[in-house]
Amino acid sequence: MRRRSGLQKAGPRNRTDQRAELLLGALACVVLVLIAGMIVFVFAKAWPSFSHNGFDWFSPWAGGNVDEELTNIFESPANPSQFVYTMHAWPLIYSTALITLGAIVIGTGFALLSAMFIVEFAPPALQKVLEPVVRLLAAVPSVIYGLIGILVIVPFVGNHLITQGAKDSVAGVIGLSGASWGVGVLILTVMITPIMIAIVVDALRAVPIGWREGSVSLGVNRWRALWTVSVRAARPAIVAAAVLATARALGEAIMLSMVTGSVGFAPNPLDGVIFFVEPARPLAATIVDNAEGLSVAPFEQTLYAFASVLLVSAAFLSFGGWYIRRRLRRYTLSPI
Amino acid sequence: MSTPASESSRTVAKPRRGRRFQAPKLPRPRIPRRDRGLLKEEEVVPWSIGDRIGLAAAWFSGLLLCAIAASIVIYMLVRGLQYVNLSAIGEHPIVQSTTQITGTSGGYLDPIEGTLILTTLGILIALPIGVATAVWLSEYARPAWLARAVESGVEIVAGTPTIVLAIFGLLIFSKGIFGFLSFTAQGGAVFGRSFFIAGIMMSLIALPLVVGSTREALQSIPAHVREASYALGKDKISTIRRVLLPASRKGIATGATLGMGRIAGDTAIVVILLGASLTLQPYGGTPVLGTLRGTGSTLTSFVYANSPAGEGNSPTKAYAAAFVLLVIVILMNFVVDLFSRQRSDPWAR
Repeated sequence: MRRRSGLQKAGPRNRTDQRAELLLGALACVVLVLIAGMIVFVFAKAWPSFSHNGFDWFSPWAGGNVDEELTNIFESPANPSQFVYTMHAWPLIYSTALITLGAIVIGTGFALLSAMFIVEFAPPALQKVLEPVVRLLAAVPSVIYGLIGILVIVPFVGNHLITQGAKDSVAGVIGLSGASWGVGVLILTVMITPIMIAIVVDALRAVPIGWREGSVSLGVNRWRALWTVSVRAARPAIVAAAVLATARALGEAIMLSMVTGSVGFAPNPLDGVIFFVEPARPLAATIVDNAEGLSVAPFEQTLYAFASVLLVSAAFLSFGGWYIRRRLRRYTLSPI
Repeated sequence: MSTPASESSRTVAKPRRGRRFQAPKLPRPRIPRRDRGLLKEEEVVPWSIGDRIGLAAAWFSGLLLCAIAASIVIYMLVRGLQYVNLSAIGEHPIVQSTTQITGTSGGYLDPIEGTLILTTLGILIALPIGVATAVWLSEYARPAWLARAVESGVEIVAGTPTIVLAIFGLLIFSKGIFGFLSFTAQGGAVFGRSFFIAGIMMSLIALPLVVGSTREALQSIPAHVREASYALGKDKISTIRRVLLPASRKGIATGATLGMGRIAGDTAIVVILLGASLTLQPYGGTPVLGTLRGTGSTLTSFVYANSPAGEGNSPTKAYAAAFVLLVIVILMNFVVDLFSRQRSDPWAR
């Protein structure tokens, strides 16, 4: 960031100006009021669900079938004293973490390498085409990715990659139609990678040319100069890109509800290869899928509990990213 | 690099009179044969295995990116041109019962209108707040702790899942005092779903983009421009209005267009906050106000409803609507490209 001179903050002042400052400041604080309101209202709404379940809400060992629990909550009696709240949300939390982490781990590596390709190795003609294309891909609405996923990739996986034997082996527990967390990770990766590429490309370009020249003049080859100097200097931007992409992945609801099969099931790594094509459903997709149930009070409170978990994760993510960036900034000249 | 000095002295050319001086030709350093294909002339250090793997991986992922981008664009183009018919753009969708899914009748006029209304509304709300926030952060930012709080607040809004924003909006706007924004049922229950409400929540996903690019534009204006304005006796707010904001027009426009792209592409807020009606359902008799208080659909929710995951399940209509949506997004991207290409430094001396 450019250092600002003191004069930018100073300047002549009078009554009108003070009023203007107050007005602008008040408008800027709208965001803060909104966040405070969001946290208070969502948590107040979600509280009964948490307080009735205690630690079992988050516990991996609580057991139970999420979809059955949701049905029970939806069908609970109208009398407030008889509301059903039992919810062991671990499969949903686990699916969210699995899909988000999978997409981020694959996506960050892919985005970094692609950005290096665009900045350094791509032929100039390809470079000129690729940059607008990356921006375009980053702007494609998630529902279009979801549509391609559910109409092309899911049937392909279901018909060609999963054998009938594999389907029969788990038929009593889940159906393997091809809609799975693996497909979700695949499409999510394609969705978030362009966002990261755009940021990392800008950061790699912003590294002072002298730093690269210095290393090249010491006899280092192009790859080594890029990898040891530019990428290292761009680390804060890479972290920022990963945080932004994680936020998108965490909150992606529509696309994932379309391609992950919408079953409250925790994919089990012990199942071998089938693990990758087992259905799942992350938290955000659960909210969208069950939005019609918002008129039933305990069901509504459970959905707000899901939302509050997402809200807390997003806030932690943003603070975590800020902290890591601040740590890294000590070593580099930050381009962002 | 073990070139003996005697070898180089042999090849030095003598400069002749009357000609331009030519640099003496030195012998090239020896390059191991296995590296000759890979190396450029000036690179002397051989590539290690790790470097080669890295280079190969970079090329691989770059080409994979090209392949993915091309296949998505070409696939959507083929499907879109296959299923889109121009007359359907002007027709209202026909709501079918869930038992009878024909998927042939009805157009997508209402979703297109819905997308346009929602995008306009969202950006109209986001622009004043976003620009004011950016100006305050960049020009005033006093007290410092409040500025830092606002800054991280904008960042948190950017990171909040849209589905959370959607159900938060539902919670707030179902309260009685916001009854004027949407449909009120008999008995006083507020529906909490309308274009107004969806537009207000949509403005929040455009807000961080507007703030970010406006701030960037303001900060790229050098300090001497402000000083010149102060020296002419202008106070701060007039400087902002007459000098800084006009100078950062392009940044604001870029942010607004990016924000509109995000609004047009969002589905979660539409699915939850715009009601589930496929056609525009105005509420009340007033022409414009009634539509804004009523429910409807957008292209994104239309695609979702017609995909196998929704109730409609007619992929041909979903493909056609997705194609129209993609065209809108590409146009917006093109506009952003135009803005960024024109940007030159007007303050360069």
